Amino acid sequence: MSGRALTPSQTVGPFFHIMLREPMNALATPQTAGTRIRIEGVVYDGDRAVVPDAMVEIWQANAAGRYRHPADLRPAPLDPAFVGFGRCGTDERGFYSFDTIKPGPVPFDAQRVQAPHISMLVFARGLLDHLRTRAYFDDERANADDPVLHLVPQQRRPTLLAEHRTDAGRVVYRFDIVLQGDRETVFFDL
Amino acid sequence: MDGPGRDPSTFPPYLYEAYRATVRRSPKQPLIPLPQTLSEITGPGPAISAALHQTVQGAVGAEDTDLTTNMGTGTEAMGERIIVTGRVLDEHGAPLVGTLVEIWQTNAAGRYRHRVDQHHAPLDPNFLGYGRCLTDTNGVYRFVTIRPGAYPWQNHPNAWRPAHIHFSLFGPSWVSRLVTQMYFPGDPLQPLDPIFNSVPTGAAQARLVAQYAHDVTQEGYALGFRFDIVLRGPRATPFEPFEAAQRATR
Ligand SMILES: [Fe+3]
Repeated sequence: MSGRALTPSQTVGPFFHIMLREPMNALATPQTAGTRIRIEGVVYDGDRAVVPDAMVEIWQANAAGRYRHPADLRPAPLDPAFVGFGRCGTDERGFYSFDTIKPGPVPFDAQRVQAPHISMLVFARGLLDHLRTRAYFDDERANADDPVLHLVPQQRRPTLLAEHRTDAGRVVYRFDIVLQGDRETVFFDL
Repeated sequence: MDGPGRDPSTFPPYLYEAYRATVRRSPKQPLIPLPQTLSEITGPGPAISAALHQTVQGAVGAEDTDLTTNMGTGTEAMGERIIVTGRVLDEHGAPLVGTLVEIWQTNAAGRYRHRVDQHHAPLDPNFLGYGRCLTDTNGVYRFVTIRPGAYPWQNHPNAWRPAHIHFSLFGPSWVSRLVTQMYFPGDPLQPLDPIFNSVPTGAAQARLVAQYAHDVTQEGYALGFRFDIVLRGPRATPFEPFEAAQRATR
């Protein structure tokens, strides 16, 4: 079959909330296996102003490190109570949050394992294409050997680490997203 | 596993100064090439499609492919009725079957049903402005809607967005994710619009403009437009069982 030229991207604009008719940021139900976590943060622009009209999407493996996807052929169990996708618009404080579970480790290649991480996309007015990043967990030892973190200059790696805290008995990871400037989040080309 | 990433002849740059909002929102650091691992060659598309298919059992169409009625008021939306259809393909030309297509748009007067939209054009109580469907076995999606209006924005003096419909697609993988806008043929606002012009080449811009399609037009009912969408695919093949690979290397 002949190659087809790709369709270009355009900004999501400020009016995408029409798409968010039902909340899509609660990924874990009472039946979902794994450690409950909340991942939350604020999206900032280059003036360190909050971005109140961004949309964040996440994709992650289940607690056993299995993706609900036909390309993941490994024997790790699927969790019938977990899909692994979330979508959240930022509020007037630039704030987003997801209630989910900590993902298990997934392979990098046949030999190496990746540290647990959540894939993340950022859409907003002013972004002509979405930005792609990953949230890792700052209290995770496996980060030291993660092949993707090793592709990132050491001084920029902290921008990919979500900060652990306990809030009223709940495990919360803080992951701010800085679109531009000082402590700019690492974004990937893939 | 490494690849070309974003093609700069198709995808707009993050910094495009004529579109003012990019100035403070575009990253200044270079993007870091990411190999396509299992995290990138998978994605939510198939699971979302399966869930949608299950919950509504083919009634997706009934509810959300007809934007002239899906507000559910029992009264049809105002405006020029149109049919927008096309195929969703991968870069080899293969149809993407059962993939979710979401659209949103203004009403005929150029107003979004959205708290932030201050354009003093009338809201249509019978128009929601959102639709979704799954592509069929040929990768075809189809919506009935009304032709959206142009609307003013604050980017520069006398700035107007050309009429457009926003599209969101997941496709088979995290790499395939696309949010874009479809424009209408012959719109004089297109060459004045920095968002449209941010697409780097004329050929790539043309791929965002629907074609009038007389074979889609329904006699006495609605004008037809065709808009095909081509998504990136993952470069890697499905991931081998990790355990087996591990054993082999021992
Ligand atoms: Fe718009």
